[in-house]
Amino acid sequence: MDIIVCVKHVPETAEADIRIDSTGKGIEKGGLVFDINEWDDYALEEAVRLKEKLGGTVTAITLGSEDSDSTLRKCLARGADKAIRLSDPKFEGSDCYATAKILSRAIKGLPFNLILTGAQADDDGYAAVGAMLAELLEIPHATMVKKVELDGDAAKLNRELEGGLEEIVDVKLPAVLAIQTGINEPRYVSIMGTRKAMQKEVKVLGLTELGLNENEVGEIGSWIKIEKMYVPPVEKQAEFLKGSPEEIARRIAEIVKTKGLM
Amino acid sequence: MRQILVLAEHRQGQIRDVTVEMLTKARELSQKAGAEVAAVLLGKDVRPHAKALSDHASTVFLIEDQKLENFNSEAYQKVLYKLIDEHKPILTMIGHTACGVDLAPSLAVKMNLPLATDCIDLEFENEILTVTRQMYGGKVNTKATLRKSESYIATIRQATFAVKEETPVNGQIIEVASPLSEESPRKRFIQYVLPPPGGVDITAAEILVGIGRGIKDAGNIPPVEDLAKTFGASLACSRPIVDKGWLPNDRQVGASGKIVKPKLYLALGISGAFQHVLGMKGSDLIIAVNKDPKAPIFGVADYGVVEDLFKIVPALKDKINELKAQKA
Repeated sequence: MDIIVCVKHVPETAEADIRIDSTGKGIEKGGLVFDINEWDDYALEEAVRLKEKLGGTVTAITLGSEDSDSTLRKCLARGADKAIRLSDPKFEGSDCYATAKILSRAIKGLPFNLILTGAQADDDGYAAVGAMLAELLEIPHATMVKKVELDGDAAKLNRELEGGLEEIVDVKLPAVLAIQTGINEPRYVSIMGTRKAMQKEVKVLGLTELGLNENEVGEIGSWIKIEKMYVPPVEKQAEFLKGSPEEIARRIAEIVKTKGLM
Repeated sequence: MRQILVLAEHRQGQIRDVTVEMLTKARELSQKAGAEVAAVLLGKDVRPHAKALSDHASTVFLIEDQKLENFNSEAYQKVLYKLIDEHKPILTMIGHTACGVDLAPSLAVKMNLPLATDCIDLEFENEILTVTRQMYGGKVNTKATLRKSESYIATIRQATFAVKEETPVNGQIIEVASPLSEESPRKRFIQYVLPPPGGVDITAAEILVGIGRGIKDAGNIPPVEDLAKTFGASLACSRPIVDKGWLPNDRQVGASGKIVKPKLYLALGISGAFQHVLGMKGSDLIIAVNKDPKAPIFGVADYGVVEDLFKIVPALKDKINELKAQKA
């Protein structure tokens, strides 16, 4: 079972202070901590578990600058056998479509039975690359995958629907599966594992090596062009309670009492 | 007249809310763009739904086929490909749901039509589609334009467009023959899996204490559980807590969990991602504690506290105990 996992190096923003940069079309990246996209972390873990069970190889592939190598090294440390970075200044500004196109070109030359991606990326949140990649490779796909069971040339999958409901679908391999968070418990990496991964090679491929035309990638090759980024307007703003924790607790207790909740 | 096409989403005999939300938005867009609203309904024995949709659309394309009984992205893609190719709608709207994300991206690639996903607003400017989307977990809004095209596809976020009371359109229902000659050989629906019965019903609780990523570690949950007990509340949570296996999924509030409407929702360390807010914004009173003053949760909360939740939890437990002592 040869598995390719597509990963993305993204800033952790859940608890960070986000500022729009001077171009008005991006955020200030300085001071942000970058790591593997959360959904991809689960996809990688699923790939490594399948390999451990069935044998074969796991190849981690990303599109990004040299900074992304730390995410690829993490993949190698966690059990990926090979790492590929697709890098070219021309790739900058690629949306989900251009990204899927670049990935598909790189993957076409590789042997694989299965491709795993995260269901979405934490930064741009398109939730589209996996299914687009499948269409470009002319293979089937399933998104929001919460369970994978392989049986010969097919995969039996649980897909997460809304409100706690799931569905089971059968998909013929090779296929692209876009993995939802919570499918497994990603493992921690030992320091030894991380050290060993530092010595492994990261293969770097650019526009020319992939045989792509510059009109197919970056902003020109994209369907979506970001015009403006801004902090969402607040329709309603909470009344902030200030003071020491005790004072705040007293205020909350008063509110609860006034509303007749106790 | 050119059309704005809306894919009707239904599951287990019910039209899903996002369908009417999209139709409402489509009506507004169509008036500005000089187009008409068309709905497309795929399924088996779904004619009654077509009648309901005709209240909101000038045309309802009805495609009935045994092979469309349950959603299958491959079957849907084939049917929509043919319909879009024939009618060239200026825009096809699909819900940004588990079905929509399985369908729209591959359909767009197959048809080479520009796609924008998870849109919270959209409009045409000089026949070019402009969309508003969110990035970085809802902390940033993005306005984006799509490449010029005679036809676009967009997936629409759920619970974004309010449904308005409008005069029924009483549109025509047009039956379209299914183009499917066989079951999809590559992808097959097997069955639904219902959430396991039993467990805690957080939808019945009058007070909910919800925890999120800010709780940091499973070991930090017991003090919050204590606080919940003091309140006589049930413990609920956002998605990351279930993903990490710290609480079972019957405690999850949000799009993929439960929709709750308690009298009080106390959100601790919850940033307020859209998916979570969808599940709790109907609460009577919302009090949120988060370290980040810009956390989106403060946009839905009545009262906000910018502070470390670990400082608030013990102090609040004391005050609530005092309150109970006074009453006793």
